[in-house]
Amino acid sequence: MYKRYTLERGVQRLADNYVIEMLHITKEFPGIKANDDITLQLRKGEIHALLGENGAGKSTLMSVLFGLYQPEKGTIRKNGKEVKINNPNDANALGIGMVHQHFKLVECFTVLDNIILGVEDTKHGFLQKEAARKKVMALSEKYGLKVDPDALVSDISVGMQQRVEILKMLYRDNEILIFDEPTAVLTPQEIDELMEIMRGFKAEGKSILFITHKLNEIMAVSDRCTVLRKGKYIGTVDIKDTTKEELSKMMVGRNVQFAVEKKPCEPGKPILEVENLVVPSKVHKNNAVRGVSFNVRAGEIVCIAGIDGNGQSELIYGITGLEKPTGGTIKIEGKDITNATIRERSKAGMSHIPEDRHKHGLVLDYTLADNMVLQRYWQPEFQNHGFIKQDAVMDYAERLIAQYDVRSGQGPATIARSMSGGNQQKAIIAREVDKEPELLVAVQPTRGLDVGAIEYIHKQIVAERDKGRAVLLVSLELDEVMNLSDRILVIYEGELVGEFDPRKTTVEELGLYMAGARKQGEAKA
Amino acid sequence: MSKQNKQPLLQRPAVVGVLASLLFIVIGLVLGFVLLVLLNPGESVNGMRAMLTTGFSSMDKLGKVLYQSAPLMMCGLSVGFAFKTGLFNIGASGQYTMGAFFSLLCAIQFQLPWFVCLLAGAVGGAIWGIFPGLFKAYFNVNEVITAIMFNWIGMYLVNLLLANMPMMLASGWGASNSDRTAALSAANPGAILPKGPLAGLFGNSSWINISIIITILFAILVWVILQKTTFGYELKACGLSRDAAQYAGINSKRNIVLSMVISGALSGIGGGIYYLAGTGQYVLEKSILSMGFNGIPVALLASSNPIGTIFSALFISYIQVGGAAMQPAFSSETIDIVIAVIIYLAAFALLMRGVIAKLVSGRKEKGGAAK
Repeated sequence: MYKRYTLERGVQRLADNYVIEMLHITKEFPGIKANDDITLQLRKGEIHALLGENGAGKSTLMSVLFGLYQPEKGTIRKNGKEVKINNPNDANALGIGMVHQHFKLVECFTVLDNIILGVEDTKHGFLQKEAARKKVMALSEKYGLKVDPDALVSDISVGMQQRVEILKMLYRDNEILIFDEPTAVLTPQEIDELMEIMRGFKAEGKSILFITHKLNEIMAVSDRCTVLRKGKYIGTVDIKDTTKEELSKMMVGRNVQFAVEKKPCEPGKPILEVENLVVPSKVHKNNAVRGVSFNVRAGEIVCIAGIDGNGQSELIYGITGLEKPTGGTIKIEGKDITNATIRERSKAGMSHIPEDRHKHGLVLDYTLADNMVLQRYWQPEFQNHGFIKQDAVMDYAERLIAQYDVRSGQGPATIARSMSGGNQQKAIIAREVDKEPELLVAVQPTRGLDVGAIEYIHKQIVAERDKGRAVLLVSLELDEVMNLSDRILVIYEGELVGEFDPRKTTVEELGLYMAGARKQGEAKA
Repeated sequence: MSKQNKQPLLQRPAVVGVLASLLFIVIGLVLGFVLLVLLNPGESVNGMRAMLTTGFSSMDKLGKVLYQSAPLMMCGLSVGFAFKTGLFNIGASGQYTMGAFFSLLCAIQFQLPWFVCLLAGAVGGAIWGIFPGLFKAYFNVNEVITAIMFNWIGMYLVNLLLANMPMMLASGWGASNSDRTAALSAANPGAILPKGPLAGLFGNSSWINISIIITILFAILVWVILQKTTFGYELKACGLSRDAAQYAGINSKRNIVLSMVISGALSGIGGGIYYLAGTGQYVLEKSILSMGFNGIPVALLASSNPIGTIFSALFISYIQVGGAAMQPAFSSETIDIVIAVIIYLAAFALLMRGVIAKLVSGRKEKGGAAK
């Protein structure tokens, strides 16, 4: 089992060579204790993972270390000496750098300009970039962080943007590097590269704080791991002495099932029928979806697998009505909805868990209660001659919050923007599932969520299937695809290139089709 | 969502908003006073006193405050309503002008009673609001550009029409001037807004009529629409996030047009209400009427809250009436500057609201830590 670090063990601290210590940190927000007496000790030259569910207080703790928040209680020490970090500049001066989950880059600046922003060399008031360029290129070379210094940030991939953020820290000679959920936005290959880079830093003697809720990544690169749960300190463990199961238990407070338990699929009649669907791309001139045909039957989960950007978003836009298809037909239970409005599709029995929960899924400045009825405020249950029944809305929101365990500071009156990502997603799922749809369209429903929330959402999706509903799932996570689906359709460059039974295929085989290396003969899904 | 108001009084957004507005009104008054001292030290105290007390000095002046606040309030409601839908209706002025024209047309040309004239004003404003709405919804043309153009189009169209309608002008009703519309007392007394229950209170003040009651009712109506109806829910959703509204199946194009139509109608009523009071005559203008623009600070000051609009319009009207009483010690331009400073700072409250909320909660945090 894991040990609690207490004051009695303080003597040992000297021997442990801690570079940063956060002792008994408490930080409160209205209605919520985000950090409650949390202690985190980072050794020199280690990769220390910080694990916790969404809303466990990881980001708050790191914001305290980075000087964005001031804790009510607790102290921070650097090399045993107490320090006060009032703002990110103080943090920087102490050698602390951070790659934020949402990058802090100036889109219309070049890579080089972004890296030197704030620490520019000047001569007589003019920028001197040559020395900076040399230093950046040397760092880039040394750590294998490939970037194009003259490219505009708005033009480069998310992976490269992250490398720019990392270079920003290195350029400032930071010794303590904080990575806030760095892998959430990366492709599997990019994740592998990042892990390598992190190991390189460790070899250099830099100390890394690695925030994540992906257990595989923690097991792969970390030395130690500190676990938080609901704002409280649970413990710190050595990775070599622990297992994924133990970590997840510490994080969630109970045993977590990794494999999704489900009965064999018993498909019924087709619910969704898509025929030769063509959807134009918003970005390019050519079509993003090029003549796709498939169906989803009642009581089965069909998963569209593919590498991001191969038309899955547009396919879903076409089906859900966010984008107008230019060809083909879409039917729900035999009824043609190709040109139906979004509301008509919703009435026909379609629910949609959107890819971008901030853009589409929620009106962020509405309360949770108002968001809960976003798809049904017009139903007689919630309105009378155009007047909203506030009490009915409140009662309904409270029921969903209780039933789907949506946590927030002020219950139904919480502004959606202030909630954690996992709870925002739970709210959307509650809303969409509770509508009792015939067809549930779920796009990356677990993106950026922790194992507890993922397990919960997977169970909900399987439960929907078992109730005889048709589920169309889009996922970029192959584990999720393999675990959850009853049928897998692989999409490559806007076409379906293969149909698989998850029990009879492997991740490797899927990978070949996803990369376009193979294609099933006349791939008729 | 009153059920859930468990927050301490000082931290409620509405309370913070009111506090911020009041604080900046005070700062604005102080700065205004400093200006007066700089410009004319001898008269500064009297001037400030005139600005602050005139409105309450007699029932007649109070009547004038109410009379002027009514159209301001309608324009404020108009701008605020559009704001809630995410639209900036800078065309309130044109809609106000069209509303005034439609009302006067019904009153003078067609000899109709006042309530029909008022309704016609709403129609006129609505027609002028629909164009920016349509352009925004279907061609994605920024409503600000269309609305500004329609301000000028509206003004010149009304001038052109009036110049060619001899019946409408004062000269058609026995008066000598042909640069303004006929006085309603001569042309159609039935179109003048009645004094109603206010007659007893204000005696024979020439300013007072039921316009203030009508506008307060409209403020409440707008509040009900925004807060209590599915239509208001949709409008606000469009304003806060067009993408999420689209995802929820809300027809955002229809809502944009409707919002502009309603916003225009509110301004139009403002125009009608002002000229149907019987005290003013529409003068063929060479520049856009300022009333519509004044609706913008009124709405800002109230952070687009319809009920708040009642108070912000009364406040601005009050200092305008007070300002008028500062003459001749101060020129009208000086007075406008002082008024502008006060309004400007009051609008600052919006920006500073976050800071104030932080100060209030910071104090609470410290208090909590001390316990």
